[in-house]
Amino acid sequence: MLRVKNINTYYGKVHALKNVSLHLNRGEIVALIGANGAGKTTVLNSISALTPPASGEVLFENEPLGVMGADKVVRLGISQVPEGRQIFKPLSVEDNLELGAYLRYRGREGKDAIRKDLEGIYELFPRLLERKRQIAGTLSGGEQQMLAIGRALMARPKLMLLDEPSMGLAPLVVQEIFRVIETLRAEQGTTILLVEQNAKAALKIADRGYVLETGKIILEEKATELLNNREVQRAYLGKDKKEIWER
Amino acid sequence: MASSDQILQYCLSGLSTGAIYALIGIGFAIIYNSTGIINFAQGEFVMLGGMLTVFFLSVAVLPLPAAVTAAVLVATLVGVIFERLAIRPLKDAQPITLIIITIGGSILIRGIVMLVWGKDTHALPAFSGNEPLFVGGATILPQHLWIFVITVLIIAANRLYFHHSISGKAMRACSYNARASRLVGIDVKRMVLFSFAISAAMGSMAGIIIAPLTMTSYDVGVMLGLKGFCAAIIGGMSSGIGTVFGGLIVGVLESLGAGLVSSGYKDAIAFFILLIILFLRPQGLFRKGETERV
Repeated sequence: MLRVKNINTYYGKVHALKNVSLHLNRGEIVALIGANGAGKTTVLNSISALTPPASGEVLFENEPLGVMGADKVVRLGISQVPEGRQIFKPLSVEDNLELGAYLRYRGREGKDAIRKDLEGIYELFPRLLERKRQIAGTLSGGEQQMLAIGRALMARPKLMLLDEPSMGLAPLVVQEIFRVIETLRAEQGTTILLVEQNAKAALKIADRGYVLETGKIILEEKATELLNNREVQRAYLGKDKKEIWER
Repeated sequence: MASSDQILQYCLSGLSTGAIYALIGIGFAIIYNSTGIINFAQGEFVMLGGMLTVFFLSVAVLPLPAAVTAAVLVATLVGVIFERLAIRPLKDAQPITLIIITIGGSILIRGIVMLVWGKDTHALPAFSGNEPLFVGGATILPQHLWIFVITVLIIAANRLYFHHSISGKAMRACSYNARASRLVGIDVKRMVLFSFAISAAMGSMAGIIIAPLTMTSYDVGVMLGLKGFCAAIIGGMSSGIGTVFGGLIVGVLESLGAGLVSSGYKDAIAFFILLIILFLRPQGLFRKGETERV
């Protein structure tokens, strides 16, 4: 469904991604893990054309994304839930969700269909329904994350790019968010690329995983194998530290 | 000593010029919020409104409503062309560069108008006669009523657009978070273009409704633009009610000062208020936290 081929992305003079390649099959959940500053977010931004790669190719359903603006990428069915949620804080919860369907409104799609999806989001996140008139900036961190996911879903994406959905959230809320991610795949068949620092939680729900280190993909395996990989355990799962240290 | 009738008179005429400042100020705010720049060519749209209406009335001999519509359309087109030629090609430039470009643009527009229509002052007929109406002990002209009604309508339409239409909400979204706006598929460049179109339309309308009272010429935009800028600063660059109050405050104080102290100080009063606000409350009088920014 998505093929990223040998992309190189720069921030000014910083060479952030070095020949990164990865792919996602339809209906998969793929985790991308790595330390701070490894380039995980840059991978997502390269796909969504916020920071288009300088070389290499991103193909979505065999169509190259390289030359398009970010809005065209959304139109093709890729929605990104950005790091730090990035909701429209001074707008109401419902306005935020409606803006998620901005392109569908502009595409003259019937309002009923959008309305129905809005209700679907409220079913998925009943807490957003309770607060639909509230100013989004007054929501708790977990609710803001739900809103960010809900906003992305309103575009009816085929592929969702999730950037650190667990960041700064209480463990119980993290569980809830990850449960929703699994539900999305199960019920709507959404393909998901999940970027996480919380490698353990991400690998538990993922089918496959990639490990990114200083701008390069260093490992690609089934998620269960990554969970058992000693190197990954040491570097990203905080396990067996002592044993590996003394070896 | 001024009588209460006189005070009422000053307040009423101050409110009507204040309404004009408010419209111009909202134009400043809309562009500021979508691009982060102060568009110093805003006053020229105001001037264009008045001058183009005079042109369409006298040279093209259109009836007044048609002349007004044509003037607003042409001024809006100028706003769009201005954004295309002067702002968009430099999208990654620093705000200060763009601000200087808007000053250049304003001088250019003023120069062209002067070359084409000369330096004369032109009068625009009042929309519906000059028979004064009595309000308490004061008199107002029908044109004052036109100003109030049209201003209220424009502000209401503005509110409706920004708070109840998806495209208006998208424009606000861009001003709050341009990056996230791109991620939901909003074309931010297009929204910047819209903001210039809306501001130019509002500014030209303001220039048209005030012209029958104050006359118009190629250089009226400078002072009106700066007064509108005062209104926007007092309103904390909100395109909502804050700037409306800002405009009314400047208008009324200016009118009271001119009447009670000396008309020579009329313009000085507006800028004195501007300086005080910038020193004491640069965030605007009404701004608390991140409330109403459009």
